[in-house]
Amino acid sequence: MGPPTNGELYRQMQRIRRFEETVLDRFPLGEFYGTTHTYIGQEADAVGVLSWLEVGDIVVSNHRCHGHFLAYGGSMHALAAELMGRSTGVSGGRGGSQHIQWRDFYANGILGGTIPLAVGMAFAEKQAGSGRVVIAFMGDGTLGEGVVYESLNLAALWEVPVLFVLENNLYAQSTSIQHNLAGSIEGRFAAFGIQVRAAQTTDVLQILDLGQESIAAVRMSAKPAALILETYRFSPHSKGDDVRDPHEIARYREQDPLDIHAARLKAGERAQIETEVEREIQAAFEQAGQDPPAQPASLGTPMDIES
Amino acid sequence: MNTVLEGLNEGLRACLRSSEQVYLLGEDLLDPYGGAFKVTRGLSTEFPARVLGTPVSEAGIVGAGIGMALRGLRPIVEIMFGDFLMLAGDQLLNHASKFRWMSNDQVRVPLVVRTPMGGRRGYGPTHSQSLEKHFLGMPGLRTVAINTLTSPGDLLQHAVLEDDDPVLLVEHKLLYPQKWGVDGGEFELSLSEGSYPASRLRIRSAPQASLTIAAYGYMAELAKQALLELAYEHEIFAELFVPTQLSPFLEQAWLASVSGTKRLLTVEESGLDLGWGAECVARMQEALGADLRARRVAAMQLPVPAAGELEQAVLPQVEGIVAAALSLMQ
Repeated sequence: MGPPTNGELYRQMQRIRRFEETVLDRFPLGEFYGTTHTYIGQEADAVGVLSWLEVGDIVVSNHRCHGHFLAYGGSMHALAAELMGRSTGVSGGRGGSQHIQWRDFYANGILGGTIPLAVGMAFAEKQAGSGRVVIAFMGDGTLGEGVVYESLNLAALWEVPVLFVLENNLYAQSTSIQHNLAGSIEGRFAAFGIQVRAAQTTDVLQILDLGQESIAAVRMSAKPAALILETYRFSPHSKGDDVRDPHEIARYREQDPLDIHAARLKAGERAQIETEVEREIQAAFEQAGQDPPAQPASLGTPMDIES
Repeated sequence: MNTVLEGLNEGLRACLRSSEQVYLLGEDLLDPYGGAFKVTRGLSTEFPARVLGTPVSEAGIVGAGIGMALRGLRPIVEIMFGDFLMLAGDQLLNHASKFRWMSNDQVRVPLVVRTPMGGRRGYGPTHSQSLEKHFLGMPGLRTVAINTLTSPGDLLQHAVLEDDDPVLLVEHKLLYPQKWGVDGGEFELSLSEGSYPASRLRIRSAPQASLTIAAYGYMAELAKQALLELAYEHEIFAELFVPTQLSPFLEQAWLASVSGTKRLLTVEESGLDLGWGAECVARMQEALGADLRARRVAAMQLPVPAAGELEQAVLPQVEGIVAAALSLMQ
């Protein structure tokens, strides 16, 4: 598979950026249920890594899943509809923002709880000889969860094809990494004999290269690997709950992955992509807003009462 | 007749034989050890690639089992002691039981978690509990308790091979050495319809039952003794109702027994407060109205002690069941 073009990378990042901005803009209008965890600032991670997915590869995501889902190829309209509680939503309105299931994409809002699932999925794929790999996203905050370390141990012991993508955005909700994390992130993976790659960049091209190398290594060896991406979210943890120093945010905004990458495009191409993305966003939210709300009649049952 | 342990061991072997998708994982399962209670003895020798001894990581291995189940395998995870199940509680609550429904039925989680529960072995507060009460009523999780009246191997095989929802299989550890099956002696048995049938046990040729004693797992063994004592010493004829599927609650099978007797005594080994018996009594009360009289026998609201006499005092005994039945029938 060839690498995506610069224009395509920009389009994917812009789709995520504008989707998330639209969600934040429109949240006060009462159009969405619950809350949201936006991915603004981290777009290059999902786009750079997931550009290398092959059909059937598995993505395991977390509470901050919109960017992962869109980069995976998920429908913007179905995601908007899910946030709005529409029957056309990705999960029919049952899951909401953090619980997104489509094809081989699985998201759950319980931090760390998904990591052993990713290991089990990779185990199943290896047994089946499918050649598929599992990409499991987690954040720095998730490193506080004990089950992560059980899972890293299992992944290394069983030698299963899973890539742990650790997006370090320096904050677990409101708490900075200095108050949350002892030791090193890299050392945590290395302790289990898991090969680590790391990037101190928000440049999608660099992440793209590392993503390719990491996924190829996992696919080739059928063993786990880790990719640590130093990043930053410009938006609040969820919405309106930001206590970070505005100067700090402004400083990181100078490394905005979209700006870095947009500089590589001709003005006309950039403008055209942005126009097309705006049109897509508008159509997605408009359609979702007109879709029928999820109905209690479709509540169904969580299981077969009798098997 | 086989023991329950042999039945489970043969059931596991049959599952592993019948489908390449079946994997068995847990701590210390491998031969020559063969599991802390020896339920898995011989299986790692026969199926070395599909029986996995795991690290001491209950959440990790249940989570891995969920991942396997989501991707087409039919895993069985053994938790060495039921007391350790809470370590995997999040996996059962927020993952195994949720994925099907919250994905709008796009995926299934055909996972079986088996674990020994219960006391009477002097293991003390953290190795003797009957913690299934905390998992009952969880939407999306089936909880099944084995007993000596229904084939443990058949229940297990159905759960592993046929049931596409997650199942928590509760095995009271005192059941392992017991023979299972009714040998045509003093009891007669009828089973409800369904893959996880409830048993109704009566003394052969006894008059119509005036009382239903409901118990699951090992408590059914105690209740069986109480049934005989009530009949022969007090001329009270009771029917023993033994569900295998505890959750979701299967009301029809209960009503088949309780609507006839209108007297219900529940027996459980976990603590009385806010427990299984309370739910069963409430269900029957709602269905039968003021006609129902009921009582519950359960453990004291204490940790399970180690010392024999203390443990005996805390956990339900045959005498307590008989006394409660007599009081109910006054």
